[in-house]
Amino acid sequence: MDIFVFLKMVPDVVEELLIGEDGKSLDTQWLRMKLSDPDEHALEEAVILKEKYGGTVTVVAMEAPEVEEVLFTAIAKGADCAVKLPGDWAGIQAPAIAKLFASYFSLTQHQIGSETLILIGSQAIDDLEGEVAPYLAEILGAHYVGVVTGIRLDEEKKKAIVMKEFAGGLRGEFELPLPAVLGVQAAEKPPRYVPVAKVRSIMKSTRIETVDVSPSEIISGLSVERLFIPEVAGKAKMIEGPPEKVSTQIIEILVECGIIRR
Amino acid sequence: MQGPILILAEHLRGDIASLTFEMLGIGRKLADDMKVPLHSVIFGKDVAPLASQLGVSDSVFVLNHPQLDMPSSEVVAALLKTLFEQKNVSLVLIGGTNVSTGIGPKLSFRLNLPFVNFCRNIRVKDGLVSFTSQLFGGKILSDVRLQENRGVVSVYPGSFPIDAGKSDRKPSIEMLDLPLEETKVIFKKYLEPEAGDIDITKQDVLVSVGRGIANADNIALVNELADALGGALCASRPVIDQGWLPLSRQVGKSGMTVKPKLYLSLGVSGAPEHVEGMKDSGLIVAINTDPNAPIFGISHYGICADLFDIVPTLIEEIKTHKSE
Ligand SMILES: Cc1cc2nc3c(=O)[nH]c(=O)nc-3n(C[C@H](O)[C@H](O)[C@H](O)COP(=O)(O)OP(=O)(O)OC[C@H]3O[C@@H](n4cnc5c(N)ncnc54)[C@H](O)[C@@H]3O)c2cc1C
Repeated sequence: MDIFVFLKMVPDVVEELLIGEDGKSLDTQWLRMKLSDPDEHALEEAVILKEKYGGTVTVVAMEAPEVEEVLFTAIAKGADCAVKLPGDWAGIQAPAIAKLFASYFSLTQHQIGSETLILIGSQAIDDLEGEVAPYLAEILGAHYVGVVTGIRLDEEKKKAIVMKEFAGGLRGEFELPLPAVLGVQAAEKPPRYVPVAKVRSIMKSTRIETVDVSPSEIISGLSVERLFIPEVAGKAKMIEGPPEKVSTQIIEILVECGIIRR
Repeated sequence: MQGPILILAEHLRGDIASLTFEMLGIGRKLADDMKVPLHSVIFGKDVAPLASQLGVSDSVFVLNHPQLDMPSSEVVAALLKTLFEQKNVSLVLIGGTNVSTGIGPKLSFRLNLPFVNFCRNIRVKDGLVSFTSQLFGGKILSDVRLQENRGVVSVYPGSFPIDAGKSDRKPSIEMLDLPLEETKVIFKKYLEPEAGDIDITKQDVLVSVGRGIANADNIALVNELADALGGALCASRPVIDQGWLPLSRQVGKSGMTVKPKLYLSLGVSGAPEHVEGMKDSGLIVAINTDPNAPIFGISHYGICADLFDIVPTLIEEIKTHKSE
């Protein structure tokens, strides 16, 4: 089985996000990038599947700050091959990303067939024009399910049996033949941790491949008028002071609201 | 020339999703502002009885078929495309939910029209529709426009009032007879929520922990706080995904919707997917080190501090208070 995982870097929202001078994009100067959370789960699920059913895992990512570290880490976790797509991809959206990823397959002459399983994080926090997985499935003519939280293969390894999340803890089981593009929401197990030392040694012994994809012309019918930071409704009344004072005030409020007895 | 607005009615196990009424409400306003008809469509197995609840729309299209019990996104996208073309539709509204994931992008691809994700507001000015989407977990908002007001829009749950989408009016109902696209994506069965653990939807007091809890070892501390308050622990998604608490404790979009008397939130940022599941709690108190954390926007009381500074003292004081 050939498992492909497409990874995307997104701004780390732990840092403050600022709007750029054009008023329509983020100020990239202070952005810290990290791997999109669901993509990390997609990678984990890929490695779990490889351990269970064999095959190879190829991770592919668009160039971005910190992406090499992410790719080396993926190898340290169990991926067999890491590929970078060089270019300046800032602000690129799902319809165009899907085209890029699809062209990766044609450029490398990978046949998409009953051995191909493609995993992508179900949704990223900057997916303004939608998620990548369904677009990629359309382009490749592959089957698709999103918000996946578990994957098994049938005996012939030709069909995937996947769990999809609905709401309130309710999930559904779906069956679909390969080739498939699955939007992964969470891996069966939490993403594994690899020690920094292992990543460092991988960096010395392994190479990241590059594949030159040319940016595809996509004229989106969507135009961004402006980005802005929402005014925090400022509803909360803030309690300040040292821990003892704060605690006393919290207890007073809880008593007042009848949550703990006087 | 502007065409009608079409809403994909979402339903799960015989119930219309409340988001459908949100979409009908805002769709009605939009249609009136633009002087175009509002249509809705419902696909499923045995869904005909649900159509009468969609009276806010001018016409309801119904396609009842045994194969449409939890249809795959490609089947729904194909049906919507046919309807879009037959009825000369301009805008399609689809629920931004797990149930409907994938339908919008697939439809947008097939129609070669843009897709707007995470939509939280829609306005019309001088015949131009503008949409506000939330990005980066609600940290940034983006105003966007569509060429000729044509496209596919994914509406974020909890963005519009439900009441405006309800009416006793009898809509005109049209039964559709459309061919179904063949699909190999087969729905097999529902997997019920794991039982056995406590039911967080029935608790009066919930202590909720987020990524700010840092690691599994700290769960014991917050558990002690929950115990002292006579409540239970619940959590944001990352805490569950890390395996620090069972899935039954997850609050939010893909977890539970809770309405306790007290929701004490510790180290949770307040991402929209989380807030969706707890915003109607009686009293919300949040502790977070980030003064700009969105959780403060929906809390009654906020404490901008390190939870590890506050929680031990709070436990002690509650114990003292109780023994007095
Ligand atoms: C399809 C989909 C479904 C989803 N469903 C859900 C869902 O059901 N439930 C859910 O919760 N999320 C869900 N999410 C994820 C959601 O988008 C957020 O990623 C998640 O809610 C963030 O969790 P968090 O607040 O714990 O983490 P973060 O956003 O990382 O926030 C951690 C917070 O802790 C604060 N902090 C750090 N250290 C401390 C400290 N020592 N003391 C006090 N504060 C501290 C930080 O300032 C920060 O605000 C879903 C996402 C998607 C795409």
